[in-house]
Amino acid sequence: MAELRTEEMVLNMGPQHPSTHGVLRVELVVDGEVVVDAVPHIGYLHRCFEKHAESLNYQQIVPYCDRMDYLASMNNDHAYVLGVERLLNIQVPERVEYIRVIMAELQRIASHLVAIGTYGLDIGAFTPFLYCFRDREMILDLFETTCGARLLYNYMWPGGLSHDLPPGFIEKTKAFIKHFRPTIKELNDLLSFNEIFVKRTADVGVLPADIAVNYAASGPMLRGSGVKWDLRKDEPYSVYHKFDWDVIVGAGEVGTLGDCWDRYMVRVREMEQSLRIIEQALDTLPEGDVQAAIPKRIRPPVGEVYVRSETPRGELGYYIISDGGQKPFRVKGRAPSFVNLSLLPEISRGYLIADMIAIIGSIDIVLGDSDR
Amino acid sequence: MHNFITYYLGSGFWGSLVSSVLPLVYIMPYALVTMWLELKISAHMQDRLGPMRTGKWHGWAQPLADVTKLLQKEDIIPTAADKVLYLLAPALVFVGSYAAYAAIPFSPAYIGSDINLGIFYIVAVSALVVLGILMAGWSSNNKWSLLGAMRTAAQLVSYEIPSSLAILAVVMVVGSFNLNDVCAAQSGWFWNWFVFGKFPFLFITFIIYFIASLAETNRAPFDIPEAESELVAGYHTEYSGMRFAFFYLAEYANMFVVAAVASVLFFGGWNSPFGAYLSGPVWGAFWLISKGMVLVFIQIWLRWTLPRFRVDQLMYLSWKILTPFALINIFAVGLWVVLRG
Repeated sequence: MAELRTEEMVLNMGPQHPSTHGVLRVELVVDGEVVVDAVPHIGYLHRCFEKHAESLNYQQIVPYCDRMDYLASMNNDHAYVLGVERLLNIQVPERVEYIRVIMAELQRIASHLVAIGTYGLDIGAFTPFLYCFRDREMILDLFETTCGARLLYNYMWPGGLSHDLPPGFIEKTKAFIKHFRPTIKELNDLLSFNEIFVKRTADVGVLPADIAVNYAASGPMLRGSGVKWDLRKDEPYSVYHKFDWDVIVGAGEVGTLGDCWDRYMVRVREMEQSLRIIEQALDTLPEGDVQAAIPKRIRPPVGEVYVRSETPRGELGYYIISDGGQKPFRVKGRAPSFVNLSLLPEISRGYLIADMIAIIGSIDIVLGDSDR
Repeated sequence: MHNFITYYLGSGFWGSLVSSVLPLVYIMPYALVTMWLELKISAHMQDRLGPMRTGKWHGWAQPLADVTKLLQKEDIIPTAADKVLYLLAPALVFVGSYAAYAAIPFSPAYIGSDINLGIFYIVAVSALVVLGILMAGWSSNNKWSLLGAMRTAAQLVSYEIPSSLAILAVVMVVGSFNLNDVCAAQSGWFWNWFVFGKFPFLFITFIIYFIASLAETNRAPFDIPEAESELVAGYHTEYSGMRFAFFYLAEYANMFVVAAVASVLFFGGWNSPFGAYLSGPVWGAFWLISKGMVLVFIQIWLRWTLPRFRVDQLMYLSWKILTPFALINIFAVGLWVVLRG
């Protein structure tokens, strides 16, 4: 029998595909259902953050930072205000730093909940998604009582915060923690250790530690491969050094080290650690004025600064250059989603289309973050 | 009296016409009710309320509204599509599931067609669905549809083997392909039902059949042909309006067919669980439909709980787990029948 002639097929996944997590387009070359190559195309959500930043005051840039990674606005602002404060060389009251850490960790939980929920959705489990969103709603309610906004907060300002904590915030947060701890267990029973879920994610999209480091991956993407690197621990900012918590790394529990399940599980376990940090911060929250150090007009001396912080997605860096004026000369964002996404072709070759979905989901990209 | 319609109208033109149109009269309301149930059940499993406004009482009219919306939608046919196949596919899919109703014994007094090869007929016409789906995927001329259709064909053909083997085990025990005979063989109290071990191994047979039937109806965790997170919508990506609704309707119709077959083969069909109490033609229909709906509920329950398998894992499950088990099972049942019978 003559040999059958077979062809590879180019398949366009996105930008309007249900599980590319936004407007990501992936150009897939497939042989049947096996992925031969995958090229991510980004830029559909480019909003000129960096150019905007050049024509705005330092304070006015904060709302723009909110909009970069819209699932982790607090964390975006956190890094930016730290950078401006370092440029200005001012010290903020300790209460401000505590509240920032509380907010950043709450935001991390909220962001991970979205990542975990939508990941379940990618694998075909619909129900955990809604459980995750139910709990995320509670965090958003906490944010709403604090600053009025539910998604884009403009809460952290250079030198302070827009509002102090409202009365009853500590009790409400503690009630949330009490409610949330058992639901993590529920989530694990329903999804994480579900036989089918493990089958779908273990040994899929394996990312060896050396490749992860070479590509400068960060966040759960890097830690899922077993590299113990967390800026909150390794280069502590704000008041992270005062709290007792663990850096979670993947261990290849159900498959190969660095597979999708490891990355997923790092996120689940990080939520527990975030709860620990929040609890300690709430118990030791110092008194003080949160707006004492806010400068009326910001004119940093000529100079440049690079600050980085650990957002839910990884290492977010801002490179800010000041020419001594009211507006920065240049603000460059180093977005974790962008860097992590560059690993996609590396870890998706040879897997099936169905695995592609699992891999994209496990990177946990936010296109607003990668395109800026 | 196996069919009260032909009993009164005779088996001439009018009797046949009424018999064959009647399923349409109840499949539509059944599908609407099940859609509503699925909306509400999934909602309550997920801490939601589901539709609450359409029709005032707990959104009971939501499926009606959905169907009306679909009726009004534009019927889009892609220019690159193969028109004949594209138009034919939804009809074929629906006919496949609709025709199966002819051989389901709803009550001692109502079976569309009391043929000797009833169960064989159901398996055969259900296979039409594969053809329809394959046609839909191919004719749409869309890569996602094609992938979805290929997956479906592979999946349905694979899972027909364990499910047919499971059906065969019951047929061996009863000694007849006629579904009314299968029901009659399980008369009496509910412990006479095959699933409760009047004959050993039949419980395992039921499990095999149920898993395979989930795959045959494309329900989770085997909803790979239309895996919306992977293939957009699989084989019906390009379909809109009423043609899309036909695929939808066929899915729900199919769910009940496999559930009804399972209740006939393993749960006594139209037999009352309480022996002679609450039995008779009308109660028979009640019992069969209730048993079927319980199984439909389990299908819905599984769908909203489990993630989805991957294509190769699905094939593995069929060929390396279910089929060997079904073969061993059929051998054991055969041995038992020979030794005891």
